[in-house]
Amino acid sequence: MRVDIDVRHLARIEGHGNIVVRIADGDLKEARWDVVETPRFFEVMLKGKHFSAAGILAARICGICSISHCLTAVRATERAFGVTVPDAAARLRLLAKHGETIQSHVLHFFFLAAPDFLGLSSAIPLVEADPEVLQRALRLKGLANRLCDAVAGRTTHPVAFQPGGVSMVPEKRVLSAIRNELEDGLDDLHATARLLATFEIPDFERETEFVALRGEREYPFIGGRLVSSDGVERAENEYLEMTNEAVVAGNTSKWSSLSRESYAVGPLARCNLNFELLHPEARQIAANLGLAPLCHNPFMAHVARLVECVHCAHEAIRLVDEIVSSGDEPAMVAVAPVAGEGVGAVEAPRGILFHHYRYGGDGRIESANCVVPTAQNNGNIHRDLPDFVRQMVESGVNDDQRLELLCSMLVRSYDPCLSCSVH
Amino acid sequence: MKYLGIDSVRPRIAVFELTGCEGCELQLANKEETLAAFLDAVEVVNFREISSSSSDDYDIAFVDGAVSRADEVERLEVIREHAKVLVALGSCACFGGVSRLKNAFDLNEANREVYGDRPQETLPVRAVSEVVAVDLEIPGCPVSKDEVERIVQHLIWDVPYHFPAYPVCLECKQRYTVCTYEVGLLCLGPITRAGCNAPCPAGGLGCWGCRGPAVEANAEEFLTTVHERGFTNDEIAERMSFFGGFEGLLP
Ligand code: SF4
Ligand code: SF4
Ligand code: SF4
Repeated sequence: MRVDIDVRHLARIEGHGNIVVRIADGDLKEARWDVVETPRFFEVMLKGKHFSAAGILAARICGICSISHCLTAVRATERAFGVTVPDAAARLRLLAKHGETIQSHVLHFFFLAAPDFLGLSSAIPLVEADPEVLQRALRLKGLANRLCDAVAGRTTHPVAFQPGGVSMVPEKRVLSAIRNELEDGLDDLHATARLLATFEIPDFERETEFVALRGEREYPFIGGRLVSSDGVERAENEYLEMTNEAVVAGNTSKWSSLSRESYAVGPLARCNLNFELLHPEARQIAANLGLAPLCHNPFMAHVARLVECVHCAHEAIRLVDEIVSSGDEPAMVAVAPVAGEGVGAVEAPRGILFHHYRYGGDGRIESANCVVPTAQNNGNIHRDLPDFVRQMVESGVNDDQRLELLCSMLVRSYDPCLSCSVH
Repeated sequence: MKYLGIDSVRPRIAVFELTGCEGCELQLANKEETLAAFLDAVEVVNFREISSSSSDDYDIAFVDGAVSRADEVERLEVIREHAKVLVALGSCACFGGVSRLKNAFDLNEANREVYGDRPQETLPVRAVSEVVAVDLEIPGCPVSKDEVERIVQHLIWDVPYHFPAYPVCLECKQRYTVCTYEVGLLCLGPITRAGCNAPCPAGGLGCWGCRGPAVEANAEEFLTTVHERGFTNDEIAERMSFFGGFEGLLP
């Protein structure tokens, strides 16, 4: 058996990466995942910037999860200055996070992942083939984007989040209208779960270490302790002991490792490590679709994303109720810069994200480090590939085309964001 | 699609990305109310981020991102050859965008700092028009989908599109936003090209000038006023450099 797979600039992912698989005389010679995205040097560009610019610049690391990057930068800055934001601001930030999570997961599910399971090259043919599915996708994405617009001031590159809190408070009547949409959105999410149940999820497992924030009482999104499924536990400030980044040949993205050669972050890692903190309805959908911790099949991340959407929709409704019934408390406190360092950890849609800044007494950044979700996942994707190819070949897959599609689907199941990963 | 009773062709569209966050092309998939109609009005033949089918036969190429590596120069030259109309989409493509901030640093040192002893290939950041001829520039970080849709309609109808000549201030006042100068914050709204509907002043950030200079802006008057309000040339220049749109116009 001979297989030569060379995917240059894999489609339906964010950014540029290549897959190479070679089988000769029935032996797997090579299986690689290489990130070739052009590096942007954000850690260098952040140097010398005033703290008021940190979140604005950091947001531009990623067009899909700009709210997460902005909030992580702002959180790192606040922790450096010893600032605690008012509850009203924390609630709004979390609400925006839920909007972003739903927006990003829905985009991935319908536009990037589903075409593979439906035998299409993109979601565009759905305009004619299955308008109902496309309309559902657009309703869900539209709802999530309107939530982000209302709370973050814009869906891509938020304008409402600054060190000290939230500088633009949405009108309560706008939030109430979105609350109604969220209720309808839950019906659409249930219909999406029924669609997902018809997808043929590849049967593949590789024992993997998962890393995520660990929630105390709530499913985690902003700040908290760092945990791994192999039993490592660290404080937010000790992130470097979790991430251990290294530069690897042929890649513009770094790779991470902890107890094993690589680890995974993202929706599956979060579900695996915080399952009991999910909303009961989200757990029910997980059970219906066969997701239970600890799950070692990377393709089950598709289920985890949908489960998180249901959780986030319920949480967003709860937050809107809290905000609407609360008084008009201040959402911003004054910020006085001091020399020092701060680390922010946030669960971005694709996994745990760290920003670390050292500030001078003038409120300007002296050094910056960002460890992003996909950079942590790239090593794990690379290590999944050979095992996956072997298992697929053993199970009888023997033509190049089918194997290429399956390998592409494996990479897409991580929802990689390569612009992020090379920041 | 018909406009004034005239049948128009369905242009073949391609979308490419260079160095950027891909936020601008994401806007093309946003605006869910009109997305189905948009996909009906054009034929998307190449859009790697959302489709695995591709073709080199297209009329309009949208390019987002700046140029910062040799392979991007090559890709851009090929795109220029194929496209009838090449559109620079977003501030990265139009001016270099935030990535242009990199040019203020020594690139070898920057490389050592991020990649240690395995430096990566990187060039000073350039706008698309510094590499190939560009037919149309749509600025914004990110671009406004409303504006992109209007422009695409104009391309289909073959009618020139006119960007607003007035500054962001006008749109800001139409929204009844409290002027950020009232609370002592710098804002580039008076000299920046409108078309975004002024989200940043409304968010309490003030305008950072992502769309570049307005045609009808009075830069001298702006400087006099902000000096009076106590802002220094350094502060103003730093803000104007953020998205790269005011190159050569700094105080
Ligand atoms: S202009 Fe802004 S939104 Fe567009 S690609 Fe560049 S950084 Fe992203
Ligand atoms: S906030 Fe800025 S854009 Fe708005 S009116 Fe004031 S100066 Fe003009
Ligand atoms: S207000 Fe200014 S910075 Fe904000 S989008 Fe408009 S031009 Fe860009």
